[in-house]
Amino acid sequence: MESKKMALIATKGTLDMAYPPFILASTAAALGYEVQVFFTFYGLQLLRKDLSDVKISPLANPAMPMPVPMPVMVQMLPGMESMATTMMKHKLKAKGVASLEQLREICLEADVKFIACQMTVDLFEFDKDEFIADVEYGGASTFMGFAGQTDICLFI
Amino acid sequence: MDYDKELDARGLSCPLPIVKTKKSLADMLSGQILKVISTDSGSIKDMQAFAKQTGNELMSTLEQGKEFVFFLRKA
Repeated sequence: MESKKMALIATKGTLDMAYPPFILASTAAALGYEVQVFFTFYGLQLLRKDLSDVKISPLANPAMPMPVPMPVMVQMLPGMESMATTMMKHKLKAKGVASLEQLREICLEADVKFIACQMTVDLFEFDKDEFIADVEYGGASTFMGFAGQTDICLFI
Repeated sequence: MDYDKELDARGLSCPLPIVKTKKSLADMLSGQILKVISTDSGSIKDMQAFAKQTGNELMSTLEQGKEFVFFLRKA
């Protein structure tokens, strides 16, 4: 039986939005799917060797549960983003949720294919040396080639 | 129930119990039984879905307090 296929487009580079593509990709791979993830625009940040700049901001994110209510004027103060990120990472760890680094490693071990958008790399003048080695570079047409045969295709 | 291998997935959240179950089954032989212990309440549904989609048989699911115990027979 030919395996099922899933294609994801990862477009966001914040801590909260980094989880869905890595969770879905690692799970689908565990279920026997062939998986490709196309990282474009801010999603490319998730391919950096160092993921410590992937942060979460309470600003303009009114749905984010906060330990204490915090006015927007306070949320915009310097250091708030780092503080929110530290607190969120602590919570994730306490609840047994894997780190992004762990999930990404699980994906790679399970042969999930990562494709980085070449156009975005050129646009933001990213240095490919800052990305992990297990990445292929391609464009929309590369993505279509695989996406066209998939059972699940999501834009995140 | 007798089993050939045990996976302790206590304290782990989605998708780790499923990912680790898949890994544990990888080096087992067809017909062997894997016992998985999880504390993730979502893993009840997830384990059923995993079994259905991978063809491995979910023989039983037990709820012991806050823990969930699964027995899977490798396809």
